[in-house]
Amino acid sequence: MTASSTPKADAGDRAALPAKVFAWPGLLRIESLVALAAIIILCVWSITIDAPLEEPANPAITPNPAKAPWYFLGLQELLVYFDPWIAGVVIPGLCIVGLMAIPYLDVNLKGNGYYTFKRRAFAISTFLFGFLGLWIIPIVIGVFFRGPGWNLFWPWEHWDIHKVVAQNNVNLGNLIGIKNYLAEAVLGIVFLSAWYVVPPLVLWRKKYAESPTLKAMGLTRFVITAFLFQSMMLVPLKIFARLVLHVKYFLVLPWFNV
Amino acid sequence: MPTLEQDKEDKTELRDRIASSQIWRSIFRHGFDDTQRNRVLQMTAGFLLHTRPVKVWTHGIRLRYTWGAGGLTFLMFVVACITGVVLMFYYRPVPEYAYADMKYLKFDIPFGMFMRNMHRWSAHAMVLLVLVHMLRVFLTGSYKKPREFNWVIGVCLLTLTLLLSFTGYLLPWDQLSIWAVTVGTNMARATPFLGHEGPFSEFLPFISPRYDARSLLLGGTIVAQGTLLRFYVLHCIVLPIFAIWFVMVHFYRIRKDGGISGPNKALEPPLVARPVPAGQIAPESSPPKASGALPENQPGQENQSARKSEGESE
Repeated sequence: MTASSTPKADAGDRAALPAKVFAWPGLLRIESLVALAAIIILCVWSITIDAPLEEPANPAITPNPAKAPWYFLGLQELLVYFDPWIAGVVIPGLCIVGLMAIPYLDVNLKGNGYYTFKRRAFAISTFLFGFLGLWIIPIVIGVFFRGPGWNLFWPWEHWDIHKVVAQNNVNLGNLIGIKNYLAEAVLGIVFLSAWYVVPPLVLWRKKYAESPTLKAMGLTRFVITAFLFQSMMLVPLKIFARLVLHVKYFLVLPWFNV
Repeated sequence: MPTLEQDKEDKTELRDRIASSQIWRSIFRHGFDDTQRNRVLQMTAGFLLHTRPVKVWTHGIRLRYTWGAGGLTFLMFVVACITGVVLMFYYRPVPEYAYADMKYLKFDIPFGMFMRNMHRWSAHAMVLLVLVHMLRVFLTGSYKKPREFNWVIGVCLLTLTLLLSFTGYLLPWDQLSIWAVTVGTNMARATPFLGHEGPFSEFLPFISPRYDARSLLLGGTIVAQGTLLRFYVLHCIVLPIFAIWFVMVHFYRIRKDGGISGPNKALEPPLVARPVPAGQIAPESSPPKASGALPENQPGQENQSARKSEGESE
């Protein structure tokens, strides 16, 4: 312990820095300073802005809109596009399980312990897409752009509680002229199965021979990764289908709809 | 009148007498001279600081690398715990009193509103910072071997943070709280099998609006006194215990997994197709003093001696 290197005072260039320094005072100084700054900011924040307190709870008066806490507004936003069992249960569940699975699915040894995009292009772009596109942006929309009836309003726009928005959404089957429930269900199952099976299968068949990444992953990791990835991409697909094609459900069954 | 020198000498003497007294020596086991021995003892001799290593990676204390987000998340948790205990002195989790106690805090209790603000804003900051911390850990690839399981614990902590914040949201018992919680818990009634409006619940005959996943959370069919008490107990006892437990494991494993993550060429395949035997290090990349087994390195852990200050440079 005592034979270890001491911190250099003249550590100008980074190559000259020792690998390790004493935690006292190297780490503790910066920790205390950051903590002090954070506590000062928090105190100023608490002195200047009061925590919200509205009228007493009244189960008889429902506010319009009734918004969840800001960190759950992404999920509430999904309720526009999915039934509650998907938006409120399946998607959060998949988020938690999928996040936990990341270290065991990512076989890329590169980029461990430093910032790089080049060596982890897929991992980082996927994560950022999910984090920013499917978590942060829906929160921003929910906080600033949703008004009465969960309709879209500009932040400066008057909240007209009688705003009429045409709801002329149709199911995927109706969209292409199928009127029969059974045929519609079959179409939905075929469509969703194709969504989950075809792109990964094509990728695996075409790229396996030349891709060391796929070889390192193996089939099990690949199938789980593909399932999680396609589930994630189903969200923007459904949003696109709803906003552009006015699709209500891809799949309609007696038990549930997707 | 004592001269300046005399005054200084007296103070030094007093300081030395206090620092060498039996009481002081029984509490603090290190001296105060700037020696290597004291730097080690300051970290190891006390309880609070022994949670950190005696020596840390130079890159690990750069704010540019860690953003300080994990430590700040913990700080926010500590602030929320302390202010939360103060608030518990004045708050009764019963619909008749809960809202009145909010007003009481605001208008009658010295610093009551400040405590409540501090509690609320630290909780919001904690949610924000835990997301920032997760982003940083992902961008640096710190979840990779050997830190996979600590990432899993981190995801549990993210979930616990959200649940802590959500259960606390109900306690002021105003319109904002009960309707936010109504919206949030309404989703539970759509749980597959276990929610009375969820798919496949018809196959479980005992699932009804009164007995399903949602009523388990609410203690009834609507957000009422049962819900308030449940959320209060979860918020003040159950979830904090789990959070503290997971935080302890999270911190412990940072140490056991080799400290804060950092660039490590030994774990990476070389970019240039040049055969490097496992464990062997390109000579120009190893700082002379850092090579060899460092005290904190346990056998089988990553050999950090191959690290460069920046991983990108080839």
